[in-house]
Amino acid sequence: MKITLEIVKHIAHLARLEFSEEELKQFYQQMVELLDHFARISELDTENVPPTSGILPLYNVMREDNPGPTLPREEALKNAPEEGSGFFKIPTILEAED
Amino acid sequence: MIFQPAHKILREIRERNLSPVEVVQATLEWAQKLEGKLRSFLVLDPEGALAKALMLEEKLKKGEEVGPLAGIPVAVKDNICTRRMTTTCGSRILENFLPPYDATVVEKLERAGAIIIGKTNCDEFAMGSSTENSAFFKTANPWDIERVPGGSSGGSATSVASYQVFLALGSDTGGSVRQPASFCGIFGMKPTYGRVSRYGLVAFASSLDQIGTFARNVPDLALLTEVISGHDPRDSTSLPEPVPSYSKELDSPAGTLRIGVPRDLLQEGLTPEVKEAFEDALKIFERAGFAIEEISLPHASYGIPTYYLIAPAEASANLARYDGIRFGLRAKGEENLISLYKKTRGEGFGAEVKRRIMLGTFALSLGYRDAFYVKAQKVRTLISQDFQKAFRKVGLIALPTSPTLPFKLGEKVQDPLSMYMSDLYTIPISLAGLPAISIPIALKNGLPVGMQIVGPALSESLIFKASYLFERESGLSNLKPPIVEELSA
Repeated sequence: MKITLEIVKHIAHLARLEFSEEELKQFYQQMVELLDHFARISELDTENVPPTSGILPLYNVMREDNPGPTLPREEALKNAPEEGSGFFKIPTILEAED
Repeated sequence: MIFQPAHKILREIRERNLSPVEVVQATLEWAQKLEGKLRSFLVLDPEGALAKALMLEEKLKKGEEVGPLAGIPVAVKDNICTRRMTTTCGSRILENFLPPYDATVVEKLERAGAIIIGKTNCDEFAMGSSTENSAFFKTANPWDIERVPGGSSGGSATSVASYQVFLALGSDTGGSVRQPASFCGIFGMKPTYGRVSRYGLVAFASSLDQIGTFARNVPDLALLTEVISGHDPRDSTSLPEPVPSYSKELDSPAGTLRIGVPRDLLQEGLTPEVKEAFEDALKIFERAGFAIEEISLPHASYGIPTYYLIAPAEASANLARYDGIRFGLRAKGEENLISLYKKTRGEGFGAEVKRRIMLGTFALSLGYRDAFYVKAQKVRTLISQDFQKAFRKVGLIALPTSPTLPFKLGEKVQDPLSMYMSDLYTIPISLAGLPAISIPIALKNGLPVGMQIVGPALSESLIFKASYLFERESGLSNLKPPIVEELSA
């Protein structure tokens, strides 16, 4: 399984991370080295082994649907980098994505 | 006074021989004196701490009920939410973040009367083994200020080891409480996954994250752990089982007396100093009445690749929330939403966090998911099963905490793989969700060495008892690093 600089660029886009070309090359080198090491797990036979996603013996934890206090709007907006009229402000989104 | 164990100070406060204000003032004075050299804290809050101490004093005067930690100064890792202090996770992206709520463990500490004096430095979003990945500054190891305190809860470990506080909270995803406890010569407990509520702990890898505790002796550690444990309706992954009084059970018999040692893991990567200290510690356990037995954990050596696929995959999803919209940093001057996300995250995250988001996104991406992420989840099952089999033979398992002595600042920071290897012995336990403590077992070349005692799920009480027997047999507790001796002389 060969990972290329192009794949790393695509991953950076999926992860919504901006890199300089130089940074990207360094990450690419490190990812090649790390994934090469991690690929060691492929030597294990895991046929018929179920995957573990959570370690607890708890499934579908339910609770009563009782209404309670929620975070007031002004509290929720307190840490916003930009807000106005009681809303979070974001740049224009009505544009085609590249 | 500040060099006394917390359980003695508590008695003095309850008997009115000491006041919480005296304790807090003396602690703050000492903490500030050491802070210039060690830099454990991202925030110190002397005014808030003194105000709490005064309130407690009023309650004591009136003869009102005070909690089990009344008047004890504590520190909290900066990835645990506090309403009255910023919570940055050691990251630029949360530099000015003031949470609108307290974590459940913070509420529990305050209800117990503990006095939170500050928030401690850590690797950014708890990703690291040296605290060097903090976006703000590095923390020193009190045993040698040119060495790392371990990580990611390095600030909490240093603050306890240098007597800046009596107790501290950290978080442990792959060893971030145990390894710094070992590097700083103190005790650190990672409870069973789900034993402590994660509500208000900033998420890194949700199937592994667990809040843990630091202290300089077992009775103090047991007390702090019982205060923060228990079910929380706000965390559906917290366990419903009642919490035993770990501190009161310390003196009852340990019962099972067999400790397993996975000798197959003690080969590659283990340095001679740590190996020697570990073997000597096993002899101390034998002297204390334990039988040492060889066991095997055949898949544990696959722990590092397994963990470094699963934890980054979960992190890549958890850290998607830092988008520059609702809180935290926002990059300037971007007019397109996608480029705003990219630039904000590019500026706000440090190299290690980006590396893990990239690894995790890769492991989850189309065409690679089965070979990396799902494969790792299956190996996780095998690692868990190894432990289950071992616990049919023995009651507890012993392992070194770190394969090396504390390393120098800057030594590993450019080499991610060698940094990841320092989690060799802590990671398999995290993957299996088991409780484990790190206890000090020796000083080698003037540096502390730690050992882990691991038990089955919810065996915290047994782990504390065994550790307490060791502590009394070895005399290795309440250790004073040279810098503490010098500055207190």
